Amino acid sequence: MLIEIRDLRKVYQMGTEEVRALDGVDLQVAAGEYLAIMGPSGSGKSTLMNLIGCLDTPSSGEYVLNGRRVSGLDDAELAHIRNKEIGFVFQTFNLLARTSALANVELPLIYGRVALKKRHLRARDALVQVGLGDRVRHTPSELSGGQRQRVAVARALVNRPSILLADEPTGNLDSRTSEEIMALFDELNRAGNTIVLVTHEEDIAHHAGRVIRLLDGRIVADQAQKRGGR
Amino acid sequence: MILENLRIALSAVRGNAMRSILTTLGIIIGVAAVIAVVSIVQGLNFLISSRLQGVGVTFIRVEARPDPFDPDLAGREVTLTYEDGLAVMDKVPTLRYFNPLFFRSERAGYGDRSLTVFLMGVGPYYQELNNHWVERGRFFSQLDLDRHAHVCMIGTSVIEELRLDSNPIGREITVGGGTFTVVGVMEKQGEVFGRDNDKLVLIPITTARDLYGERSFRQILLEFQAKTPEVVELAKDQITDVLRARHGLPEGTKNDFWVALQSELLETTGSILGTITWVIGAVVGIALVVGGIGIMNIMLVSVTERTREIGVRKAMGARRGDILVQFLIEAITLSLLGGIVGVLLGWGLGILGAKAIPGFPAAHVPLWAVGLGFGFAGLVGVISGTYPAYKAATLDPIDALRYE
Repeated sequence: MLIEIRDLRKVYQMGTEEVRALDGVDLQVAAGEYLAIMGPSGSGKSTLMNLIGCLDTPSSGEYVLNGRRVSGLDDAELAHIRNKEIGFVFQTFNLLARTSALANVELPLIYGRVALKKRHLRARDALVQVGLGDRVRHTPSELSGGQRQRVAVARALVNRPSILLADEPTGNLDSRTSEEIMALFDELNRAGNTIVLVTHEEDIAHHAGRVIRLLDGRIVADQAQKRGGR
Repeated sequence: MILENLRIALSAVRGNAMRSILTTLGIIIGVAAVIAVVSIVQGLNFLISSRLQGVGVTFIRVEARPDPFDPDLAGREVTLTYEDGLAVMDKVPTLRYFNPLFFRSERAGYGDRSLTVFLMGVGPYYQELNNHWVERGRFFSQLDLDRHAHVCMIGTSVIEELRLDSNPIGREITVGGGTFTVVGVMEKQGEVFGRDNDKLVLIPITTARDLYGERSFRQILLEFQAKTPEVVELAKDQITDVLRARHGLPEGTKNDFWVALQSELLETTGSILGTITWVIGAVVGIALVVGGIGIMNIMLVSVTERTREIGVRKAMGARRGDILVQFLIEAITLSLLGGIVGVLLGWGLGILGAKAIPGFPAAHVPLWAVGLGFGFAGLVGVISGTYPAYKAATLDPIDALRYE
């Protein structure tokens, strides 16, 4: 199993009130799976995504990623795991402004201490892979929304992570561009990439081979589905 | 990684050019002040010590000190005469040379041209005592002094302004009421504080006394040279004894003259320069503190503005140390850029200052001052960048990513 989660809990202290954002989640994800996490706001799906992405540490429970126990690691070790194992795609793209597509894609390689020459080559390859081989010198402001998200996907892929973690990746895109980005995800999944997708849109979740639904910090449904979309 | 951070820092500074310039103004002013002041103080120091040091530590100068508020001297005319000098020379064995110095402004003329010169009546040891030597022709001798000869030495500017030939030796010029034969040309001294020291005519002190009369000679300068540096203090005491006896000063009264050693003359100017340096140093310190606060402020703004970016970097695997170094380097880059501008500006001011004061030596900025300026700038960058950088490094990645 690529992801093994057992009885994961996250409790926040909001003033005097205790908020159970995650209340005992068990989840296994195999390598190569395409998983959608769904649920209304406040259901805990963002918290679960942050924990899977090693941006946050759980209050209790076990999280084993790619054979390594992640729960209980310190900041530097978590940073290392984020760098090597996780590729983030955000709703708002989160590209660095005034910075070329190439330099944006190089970012994870810089923190992975990859040498300059190798960095350029790999970043360029990743941009070619998402169909932006002719846009490497463009800055985000010179690119369309869809192209920006493609740069973000290239950035997520460049370090060959175990998981591609996408948080509402089409939330800021029109429906046509959304379809293009989802087609890109489908393609990446077919090529063997594990994808975990957080969304509240059924259309988007339809691309995944498996959907889990969260409510009040618990998984209330976990079903395989026939892949739609294309 | 450092190179990477430098690139990020430079692009951040470039992206906010105007803000960066305003931010570093404090540093620029501070560093520019350091450089300008050092260059001018160095110039002054060089100027004063080169004037005094040529003469050596054995130099002793005696001046009449008529103090109108000193009750001991009230109602008495203070005198210091050529004869005082001769008597000192006669009675003090620790002295090697003696030179009397009488000076005034006078018109000098040749043909139809005339010029105001600095006229000095001196003795035969003027050269040794002032480290100022004849270049062409000869200096006058004891014989000239004894004969009250009408001979003179002139400075190079006098040759130019009076249009004397390239070889003026043997020409006759008028000085004051007399006619003098030029026997020598003194070496060029250059300008000091806007005064051309080569508009100079030297005549025998005895001839000067004939020309200007006894009244003008009641107060002159006496210059002595002690035989060795070790006996300078002793010589000073002996000179004092002789002059007090000659002036008939009763026990317990103050001297009516001032015996100044070269070390004391140097100390006086040195302490004035030291005070100037300290005052400006304090101003510089304040400018740098203000500059540091400015940089800290703008770095805090920068960290807040780029909270998202910090979140993204962390999500991409940046460690706390990476973020800390990034913002620290940005702060240092900002202050060092201020330092560079400050050094250039200060250098320019130093050059302008040196130009504005005629006779001032060309501005000289020692390497240590540039180093000091950069060092201060860098230090301010580190100190003022640490807190904002720490703040950025310890941001929670989730909060940072969510920041609007």
